[in-house]
Parts: sequence; structure tokens; C-alpha cells
Amino acid sequence: MSFARSAIASTRAVVSRSSRRGFTSSSSRRSESLFVHRDTDYNNPNIKFEFNPENLKLAKEIISRYPPQYKKGACMPLLDLGQRQNKGWTSISVMNEVARLLDMPKMRVYEVATFYTMYNREPVAPNFVQLCTTTPCQLGGCGSTKILETIESHLKIHPGQTTKDGKFTLIEVECLGACSNAPMMQIGDEFYEDLTPETTIKILDSLAKGEKPKPGPQSGRQTSENSAGLTALTTKPYGPGEFCLPEFQ
Amino acid sequence: MIRSRAITRSLPIASASTSTAAKKLPIRIAIRSLATVSDPPVRHYGGLKDQDRIFTNLYCKHDHGLKGAKQRGDWHKTKEIITKGDSWIIQTIKDSGLRGRGGAGFPSGLKWSFMNKPGWEKDPRPRYLVVNADEGEPGTCKDREIMRGDPHKLVEGCLVAGRAMNANAAYIYIRGEFYQEASHVQQAIDEAYKAGLIGKNACNSGYDFDVYLHRGAGAYICGEETALIESIEGKQGKPRLKPPFPADVGLFGCPTTVANVETVAVAPTIARRGGSWFAGFGRERNSGTKVYCISGHVNNPCVIEEEMSIPLQELLEKHCGGIRGGWQNLKGIIPGGCSVPVIPRSDCEKVLMDYDSLKDAQTSLGTGAVIVMDQTTDMISAIARFSKFYKHESCGQCTPCREGTTWMMNMMDRMVEGRAQEREIDMLLELTKQVEGHTICALGDAAAWPIQGLMRHFRPEVEARLANFHAKNGQTLFGGHLLSETNSKYAIPDNLGGDAIRNISQQISSP
Repeated sequence: MSFARSAIASTRAVVSRSSRRGFTSSSSRRSESLFVHRDTDYNNPNIKFEFNPENLKLAKEIISRYPPQYKKGACMPLLDLGQRQNKGWTSISVMNEVARLLDMPKMRVYEVATFYTMYNREPVAPNFVQLCTTTPCQLGGCGSTKILETIESHLKIHPGQTTKDGKFTLIEVECLGACSNAPMMQIGDEFYEDLTPETTIKILDSLAKGEKPKPGPQSGRQTSENSAGLTALTTKPYGPGEFCLPEFQ
Repeated sequence: MIRSRAITRSLPIASASTSTAAKKLPIRIAIRSLATVSDPPVRHYGGLKDQDRIFTNLYCKHDHGLKGAKQRGDWHKTKEIITKGDSWIIQTIKDSGLRGRGGAGFPSGLKWSFMNKPGWEKDPRPRYLVVNADEGEPGTCKDREIMRGDPHKLVEGCLVAGRAMNANAAYIYIRGEFYQEASHVQQAIDEAYKAGLIGKNACNSGYDFDVYLHRGAGAYICGEETALIESIEGKQGKPRLKPPFPADVGLFGCPTTVANVETVAVAPTIARRGGSWFAGFGRERNSGTKVYCISGHVNNPCVIEEEMSIPLQELLEKHCGGIRGGWQNLKGIIPGGCSVPVIPRSDCEKVLMDYDSLKDAQTSLGTGAVIVMDQTTDMISAIARFSKFYKHESCGQCTPCREGTTWMMNMMDRMVEGRAQEREIDMLLELTKQVEGHTICALGDAAAWPIQGLMRHFRPEVEARLANFHAKNGQTLFGGHLLSETNSKYAIPDNLGGDAIRNISQQISSP
């Protein structure tokens, strides 16, 4: 996602403490990731991208969900579809193709692709590890800080980097919405919840072997119920019309 | 004292006006004046029974598909609800006292009625219901369980709520990270279309209604209603200025209402069981049941549907196995997701989990996401992490928020370390006040409140952290520069804290 990020962060740290800036100049401010596109040999408009027939059919179906004069509503789902076909990242050719399909100016698509964090504009490894480190995950269970350390030492990479064998990319993300099952991480589309350092390593190891570990809570509970035994919904759910007003019984 | 004065004043009034009746009435009533309120009957909230829980498959123990949903009472006589018409549904929702479950707590019946302004039939534009399933507030994970376990409740809710506001279609905007949840909802939509429950002539009621799913792509700001509308239109999720409100000009320029998943999903059950049933739970104006999600330092964090107005302490002890290390080990609780201020233990013992009680405690119910922090928590670092979150999620449209969130994050990060001048605490508070209320959407406010809550209740802790740092490294200037690193040849300008430093040295030398 941003290999440039760590480099920028390190230069920023040096600048901020060592030299005092004058009254007349303000320090340059950089965002977390690069928002401009620079042509590279792996990412330039000359690399062809086309939706395969299967995805093209899906794309037509998605476009039909939006009013005909608002075809551009399909921009986000199509970018996602393109990203899935393009090995998990959105190259400039994917964006151009989406713009062509939806009759949108290219820049409008670039705007969308740079705004949302789920569009990776740099190649990522097949196992894209997104670790949540927002406060609830930081607090819950053993804490995401411990999980981050575990992943860093196990894969020998830092957030924003890819392993040498090209199997894992690790990034830190903001709240993924599974706070009662903290700490958690998302790999690909799957949530792995209730992590401990041991289960984290187990998941990473089995992914490295090409297996698919069981997603969801790793602690043995099914979803987000009380792990010490249910405190609610212990009886059989009520059926149609039960307890309803007489006219709806 | 006040009480005795009220009695003496009220006596002649009571006896003069109804001299004969006063004798028969019990004494308590007779001595009350018009100004005194009778003591409300003491009622204990909480302890919701399973038969009154709306989301009966919250933990995915049963089939989430159409067959299982029908067995649990979904899609039962939906046609009758639809044919009752818009005003009946809205009146039922109004009677139930349902307030929006997404955080703001606006009365839902009233909000839905904004769509049916006089003469709306003459408006040729299509009308939309948009369901906000972009659950991104740290601490919140309730909609996820609803969409995984009871997706048909949501789809049926779309139809019922859509009928109430005479909408033609519903868009469910689900956050992109929720892949499993999105596939459950999509499965529910497909099943409902196939069974003729939605689409043309939905449920054979003669009403046409479509439901579409739209997946987001990772932007917290899209939980704001106008940003969400922009996002569905295929643009950057940047909030719009209001007015015009979405009920006039919303999605694709058409009348639109945005509602939270939980608000929409409870509507069919309320319609079937009656508004008064729902209104029977919780305190007045805070009625109903609510899905709470508890995270952080409790023994068994969980998602639970409980009665509104349940005491916070009871919620934690009954359903989450209590605080790690016992109640005395509690430091503070954020009762409604990351954008509401933290409250200390003394308040946690008193508050009820509803809109009004938490508002009295200078915080808010928000989404009902309880984040518990015990004594081991570094409160400053926890709040600083929220500042980082808001810095990351600010859309960058309004200057106070774009610059302010970054600034707040930088200052909070220094506070964690203690590298700050004491006056900077007040500067930070002033900064939060300057961001708050000066932005298009509420993200700026949300970024400001946790810091204000921290300083309101845990200021001594912050001051101790600064003093600790100063003891080790000497005084610090504004901006985190150490006094020892400055060039002593020149006077320190006031904007770097020279003034403050001189005050301190005077205080030390004078006595």
C-alpha cells in the first residue's frame, strides 16, 4: 500500500526535532501515502486491463442496480471487482477501464480510488494482513500491541511492508468493527478474532502453507456471545405470530 | 428545607380550593403544591426476557436464511402491515417511541414522516430509503451481528420502513470490510426476491419495492448520512452542507431518508407486536430494547440485546462477567463509541444506559458501544489513539477538522509522553472548542469530545504525567521543545512559552 510511507515517516522524525524552523517558512506537510501516480514498469496506463467475461457479466448486473443516468454509482463496486481480478490491487489501468465502462472522466475514478482506503494502489501479497490497532482492540483480550509485535517478529516485517517470499503484506488499519472480539485481524476477506500470540502464529503458519484456517473467533466461541456461557437467547426462539397483536397472529 | 417550605405554602391553597375533597384525599396529595412533582414509582430496568428480544438469532446459532427466518417469525403477515398504509406504520413507530439507533437518537417516526410532506404525491421523483450499515465507530459491532444472524429482519425492515415513507427502493450501504455480513445480506435479498417478498408487487400487497446492496470501501466518514449518499453516487465520501436536507434533495437528487440498521430492522417486529409493547421498555422518551456491544476490560466481552435504561453496572456484571479484577479496578468507561466523552467510575455506578441519563452525565449513548477501561489502562494513550483515528478518518473537506485533527493528534501524542507545557492542556481544550461546531459534519465534534472528556475527568493524571516528564527532562516549551535545548543567548519568544517559563521561574524565586 505504501512502501513510501515508512521512508517519509523517518525523514519527518529527523526534521521535527533537529532543526528549528524560522518565522517565515513553514515545514512541508506530507500525507500518509502518496496521492499522485508515478508511472512505473509495473503500474502504467500501457498495461492492458480488461474484465474477464465472468466479471463483465457481474459488472453489468451491478450497473443495473443504479439509475441509468447515474451509472457512476457503480464506480466503487467495479473498482472492487477490478481489484479482485487484478491480484488484490488497483492499478491505473483498472481505474481507466472502470472509467471507460461507466462513461466517467478518468479523474473522477482516480478521486474515488485515492479516497477510500480499501483500494490498494500498490501491489500486495496474496495474504493481505490488516491488523486493527484502534483503542478497543488495544484494550481487549491480550491487546493488539502484543499481536502486532508477534506478527512483526514472526514475519520479520513492519506495517506497510511485504515479506521477502512475497506471501504476506502487513498493514495497521483503523477499527474493523469486531470490537467485542478484540483483538482481531482481517486477512483477505476473512476476520480472525479473539487472537492470542499463539493463535496468530498458527494462522500465519497455516496460511504460509497454503491452507485456509478457520475464520472467526479463535477462542472457541461461535460469534460474540458471552464466552462463559449464554446470558441471553437460551430458550427456543419464538415462532411466527407469537406474542403479536391479535391481527398479526 | 426546601421541602418544608413547599408544604407550608401549599397548605392553604389545597384547603381553599377543594375543602371538602381534601379531607377525603390521602395526606400526601393534599400537601403537594402544583410545583412539586410526585415521586415516580421505583422501577428497575433490565432483565429483558428472551420472548421480548427482537433479534433472536444474534449469535448465529440458527439458520440465517429465509427458511430459518420464517420459523423465527420474520415475513409473517408482512402484507397486512404494508396494506395498512404509511400513516399507520408511522403512527405505530411514533407510539413505540423508537429513537434512531445510530447515535443521534432522533425520533424515528418523526424522521420518517418528513418524507410525506403535503403534496408529495405530485413529486415525480423516485424516493429512497438508505440503510446505514457502515458501522465504523470504534467499539461498535452491533449491526454486524444483526446482519449476520438476522439479515431478513433488515430486508423486511427496509420494506416496512420504505412503505412508511413511500419509498421506491432501498440501498443498504454496508462497509467494505464486512464481507461475510454483506454476503448474508445479499443472500437474504436474493431469497426475498425469489419468494416475491420484495420487488414488483412485494408480498402481493400491490406495492413495488426494490432493495439493493452497496459495499463501501473503508471510510469511516461514510457513516455520516450525506457522505454516505455521496458515496453511493460514486464520489468521494465528503459530507454535504445541509440544508437542503436529504428528505428534500438526497440520493441522486431525490427525497431520501438515511436510517441505521438497528432502527430499520426493529420496525417489522414493532408493527406486529404493537407500539405500546415496545414503549413498555425503558424510561419515558428512551423506550425500547437496544443492542449493546461491550468491549475492553471486562471478563467476557459480548454483544447483547437488553432493555433501555438498564444500569450500566448491571449490564456489565450480568452479561459480561464484570470488570477484570472487580468493580473497584474500573477506571473509566466510554459508554457510546469513541466519539463520546469518557466517564469515571463514580459516574458509571449511577448512570442508566439511555439517551437522557447519559446526557446528564455529560456524555452520550451514541451507538451503545461500551468500552471499558480498568486501572491498568493508560487513559491518555487510549484517548490519543482515538485522536489518531480521527486524524486518519477526517475527509479533509473542512479546514478546522482537517488541520485540527492532526494538531490534536500531535498534541495528544506529546501528552502521552508528558512532553508538554502545563498551559498546553488548556490550549488543547481551546483547540477542541474551535473545531467543535465549525465543520460541515459531526466528525470534528466527535474528534473533540473524547479529549474534552479526558480533561474533564482525568486532568490530574495528565498533569502528573507532565510533571513527571519535567522532573526528568526539565521544563518544556510550547510545542514540546526542551528548555535545556534552547539557545540561552536569546530571549524565548512568548509563542514558544517564554512567558510561561518566566512566570514559573518567578514563582520559584519569589517565596
